[in-house]
Parts: sequence; C-alpha cells; structure tokens
Amino acid sequence: MSGPTLEQIAKGDGLALCAAGSWTARFAPALEKLVGEAEKLTGSRPNIFIDVSQVSKLDTFGAWLIERLRRALTNGGHEAQIAGLSANYATLVDEVRRVKPAVAPPAAGSHLTAVLDGIGRNIYGIGETLVALVDMIGAVIAAWFRVWRHPSKFRLTSVVHHLQQVCWNAVPIVVLITFLIGCIVAQQGLFHFRRFGADVFVVDMLGVLVLRELGVLLVAIMVAGRSGSAYTAELGSMKMREEIDALRTMGFDAIEVLILPRMVALVLALPILAFLGAMAALYGGGLVAWLYGGVDPSSFLSRLREAISINHFIVGMVKAPVMAMVIGIVACVEGLAVQGSAESLGQHTTSSVVKGIFFVIVMDGVFAIFFATIGI
Amino acid sequence: MTSTTATPASATATAAASTSADAIISVRDLTVAFGSRRVLDGLNLNVARGEILGFVGASGAGKSVLMRTIIGLVPKVSGTIEVFGTDLDGGDKARRDVERRWGILFQHGALFSSLSVRQNIQFPVREYLKVSERLLDEITMAKLTMVGLKPEVADRYPSELSGGMIKRVALARALALDPEIVFLDEPTSGLDPIGAGDFDELVRTLQRTLGLTVFMVTHDLDSLHTACDRIAVLGNGKIIAQGTMADMLASQHPWLREYFHGKRARAVIG
Ligand SMILES: Nc1ncnc2c1ncn2[C@@H]1O[C@H](COP(=O)(O)OP(=O)(O)OP(=O)(O)O)[C@@H](O)[C@H]1O
Ligand SMILES: [Mg+2]
Repeated sequence: MSGPTLEQIAKGDGLALCAAGSWTARFAPALEKLVGEAEKLTGSRPNIFIDVSQVSKLDTFGAWLIERLRRALTNGGHEAQIAGLSANYATLVDEVRRVKPAVAPPAAGSHLTAVLDGIGRNIYGIGETLVALVDMIGAVIAAWFRVWRHPSKFRLTSVVHHLQQVCWNAVPIVVLITFLIGCIVAQQGLFHFRRFGADVFVVDMLGVLVLRELGVLLVAIMVAGRSGSAYTAELGSMKMREEIDALRTMGFDAIEVLILPRMVALVLALPILAFLGAMAALYGGGLVAWLYGGVDPSSFLSRLREAISINHFIVGMVKAPVMAMVIGIVACVEGLAVQGSAESLGQHTTSSVVKGIFFVIVMDGVFAIFFATIGI
Repeated sequence: MTSTTATPASATATAAASTSADAIISVRDLTVAFGSRRVLDGLNLNVARGEILGFVGASGAGKSVLMRTIIGLVPKVSGTIEVFGTDLDGGDKARRDVERRWGILFQHGALFSSLSVRQNIQFPVREYLKVSERLLDEITMAKLTMVGLKPEVADRYPSELSGGMIKRVALARALALDPEIVFLDEPTSGLDPIGAGDFDELVRTLQRTLGLTVFMVTHDLDSLHTACDRIAVLGNGKIIAQGTMADMLASQHPWLREYFHGKRARAVIG
C-alpha cells in the first residue's frame, strides 16, 4: 500500500490538485498535513480541480479530507471541484458532503470561575446531602411501620442473606484486626506505664478504652468500608440497569424490598461484631500483658473486674445500632444517587465510605458528650 | 456456496467446499462449551471478503457466542479461527494487528458510560492515530451523520440516549477507524422501521464503497432480504444451512420453513 500524495499541476488558468495513493485512516496524520498545506493555497487561479482518479484506496477519513479541502478552497473564493471520482467513491463523498461543520465540545470556563463554581456546588451539595439523608431516614421509618403492621411483608430471607454477608463473613477479619489493635494498645500502655511502675493500670486503660470506644468505633469504620461500600455498589448498579425502576413499576417499594432488609441486617450485625471485636481486643491485650508485661491471666481478670463496670459495656453497645443506621442510611442514599455511568458509581461508592466514616465519628463525639452529661 | 442443505453433515461439506483464498474469516471445527453444555459443536464457517453475511438462528442458539468467540471474548474448547489469514491463537502481536482492522457492535451497545458520545467515537481513533483535535471532531461529525444522528448528540452521555440512538452511536464507534470487517450483533433491533431501512442502506453503501465485510447477526427479515448477500443459519451448534435468500426460501428444513415462511415472513417477503 503506497502512502498518499497530493501534487499541484498548473493547467491554463486553473490548477489541478492530483491526489494519489492510499487515502485511508491508516495514513490519517500524513493526509491531514497534505490537506492542511493545500488549504492555504492562495493563488490567483480561480478554478481548482481536485483530481482523485489516481487514488488507490479511499475511506471516510480520505473522503472527508478531500471534502474539507474542497470546502476550504470554496470559502477561499476559488471555484473548486472534485473530479475523477469512480462511482463507488462518489457515494462515499456524497455521504461526507452531508456532514455539517464540526461542533466543538463545550469549552470549560476559565480557571477562576471553575474553582468558584466547584466551591459553590460543594456547599450546595452539603445541604442536598443532609436533605437526602433525612428523607431516607423518614422513608425507612415509614417502611418499618408498614412492615410492622403487615409482618408478612417482612423479607426474612433477604435479611438472613445480608446478615451472612455483613456479619458472618466479616467475623474473621473483624476479630483479627481488633485482636491486633488490642495487642498494640496493651503493648504501648505497658511500655509507657512501666516508667511509673503503673503496669497494672494497663488493664484499666484497655478495659475502658476497648469497651467504651475502640471496639465499636473500629468495627463501625470497618463495616462502613466493607459493607457500606458493598451496599452502595449493589444499589448503584441496580439503579444503572433500571432494575429499581422495574421493581417500582411492578408495584414493589424499593425501600421495603431493598433497603429495609439491608438496614435490619446491618443494625443486627454491628452490635454482634462490636461485641466480638471487643472480646478479641481484650484477649489480645491480655495476651500481651501476660507475655510481654508479666501480668498473669488471673490477676489480669481480677483487675479487669475491678476496673470496669457494666456501664462501660452498655455505653459501647448502645452506640453500635445507631452507628449501623448511620452507615446504612448513608450507603443507601449514595447508592440511589448513582447516575448512568460507571464513573458515577465509583464516586458514590467512595463518598459512601468517606461520609459513612465521618458520620460515625461525629456520632461517637455526640455520644461522648451525652454520656459525660448524664454522668455515665 | 449457493446450495442449501438441511442436514448438518452435508452443510459441513458445503462449508468446506467454499474454503477459498478470499475467505476473510474462516472458522474450522469450532467447539464452545459453558461447563458441560456445548453451545457450538464442530462449527465450520467461511466469510468471503466484501460480502454481507446475515446470520440467523433461534434465540439462544449461540449466535452471539459465535461472534464473541471469533473476536476472542469467549474461550473455545477446540477448533481454529483465522481472520485476514491470521490464526488468532498466534500470539498477542498478531491479535492486536487484527483488532485494529475490525469494528464491533455489541448486542447491547457497550458504550463507555463515563464518556460522552463524542469521546466514545474518538476513543479508538485516539488510540491508533496521531491526528489533530480538529480532524477528530470532524470525523466524529462525519460518523454521526453517516449513522443518521444529529451533531447535537455528540456531547450527551450514553445514559441520556434512547435505545436506538445507542445502537447508532455504537455503530459509529465500530466504524470509527474505517475497519475492514464489522461484526454487528442485532444492529436493527430497537430501531424504527425507517431507521432500520436507512441502516441497511448504510451498510450496503459502506460495503460498496469501502469494500467492507459485514458479519451481521439479525432477526430482521427486512435486513436479511435487502442487505445480505448470503445467509447462514445456526442450529444445534452447527451451520445447518447457508446460501442466498432464494436458497433459504427453497429450503425444506422445518425450522427454515417456519422462519422464512411464517406469518411475519410472508408479510415481508410475500
Ligand atoms: N457466559 C455464559 N455462560 C453460560 N452460558 C452462556 C453464556 N453466554 C451465553 N450462554 C448460553 O449460550 C447460549 C447461546 O447464547 P447466545 O447469547 O449466543 O444466543 P443468541 O443466539 O445470540 O440469542 P439471541 O438471538 O437471543 O441474542 C444460550 O443458551 C446462553 O444461555
Ligand atoms: Mg445474541
């Protein structure tokens, strides 16, 4: 296959542009240069023939560039004509003749306006997020009461399925991570308390910290990353493929069918996981205290019994279902906000995790103030 | 190639007889299975350069699977597939050279959802050709016009298009690099009859002007009638018949009789 050429031959008061070779996509860069140069022709000759009889192969790229050349020359005040077209290629050139001038993609605004625009939209977005969250909370509560009145509507199978996903399958990783965190907290405590000869207070610190705060907070963060993201991705891809619309048109309520079972599963799962996590962390801490700090198990246990009260445990456990609700609501709102594109799915999954963790920590702070005020 | 046969054994013989140097796609003894279920079972097929092959068969017969196997998306159990005379098992380099020369329209469009129509069409061009933004935009407009879409569509996203528009954009993307072969999986389903007619016309024009080879899976009797040079029928994992429309109409095979002489067929073909 020979490369394309475009020769200029003077012919009386006219000019012939003789195209030859292969005018195809594969040679597009070369073609573009050839045509670009020929377009700048500003000779005084009024008549220009674009002779394509020597072209061995023509496709839409070639045909378009010939047409573009013709248009440019005509606009330049020349009488331009395409000559020597075989019947087959004539149809192709006719086809591209219908092409209107290209519409440029919408230009992005200037840098400053883009920045301001972004800030404005984000602030506006915060308001929208809060409204969507409140809206979802209301919808879930309403669905809950509907199901309460007609228990047959409750989707037990679905709840059990999600419970397996978010609770049972999460147990190994949650236990492992909290165990390791327990070990680390105990080790750090021992290391620093030892200087004051206060080794044994490590047990107090570990007990209070794990039961009140760390157990539930860590587990909630893990669940937001693990299950919140899964909820968003599931709901989001169902939204993208119009599955949610299909449900609606069949008379199902998406909240009842998809969201309520997920929320119930999460609200049941998080306390269980938080409990298991707290136990694993205490176990890890106890192990380190024994092996590294020389606090033997029986004195660890008796110290633990003195240090903590049932209140610490209750404070931790009370927080768990609330955090589960926060994670679930955020995840479902984000899932339903997914638009048609894969990119949007990715964005909403990310923001589901980020917002989920953020709200979990905010809730934890609110609880801390509340419990401090009522003196527990 | 013109004789129609009803029995698999002689169909194989016909296919083998049509083996020739000008076969641009040649499939030999192809077997494809999902688990223990064989979808294609010793299938033979040749597609000649520059022809429009219409491919029919019952829903679920394996038409899409055959197409996806030829283009390398579904692994085969046995058999060979040659495109442009290149064995597609012959390594990545050979594959990539071939991939640049074909365009594919998937049954459900498979547009990139995070890219606009314009970006979808430009995507393969950018990858393979170093051309200016201006030419890219112009080529996009040319392709959109060719498939019968307005220029305004260029900056919409796939989720904002109708089903028929998705088909057209997907075709424009398949044609973006002016390929030598296009694989079309049910290109006219979801188009209005006028649009479908234009589409057949377009495929014809492209074939005449660009020498395009078209492998078209379709259920559209109009398309088969007006656009296709040759028709191949898939059944029981094999080609049960191939030939021109006249051959199909003359065939005594029960499924073919039902297909081409059914109520809907009579309305079209008369
Ligand atoms: N990835 C897959 N896994 C398992 N089975 C599959 C897979 N893809 C296709 N099949 C099966 O292969 C068979 C052929 O499917 P195919 O999509 O090729 O049908 P078709 O002939 O294109 O039908 P239609 O005209 O409805 O598009 C079907 O029975 C289908 O269930
Ligand atoms: Mg199919």
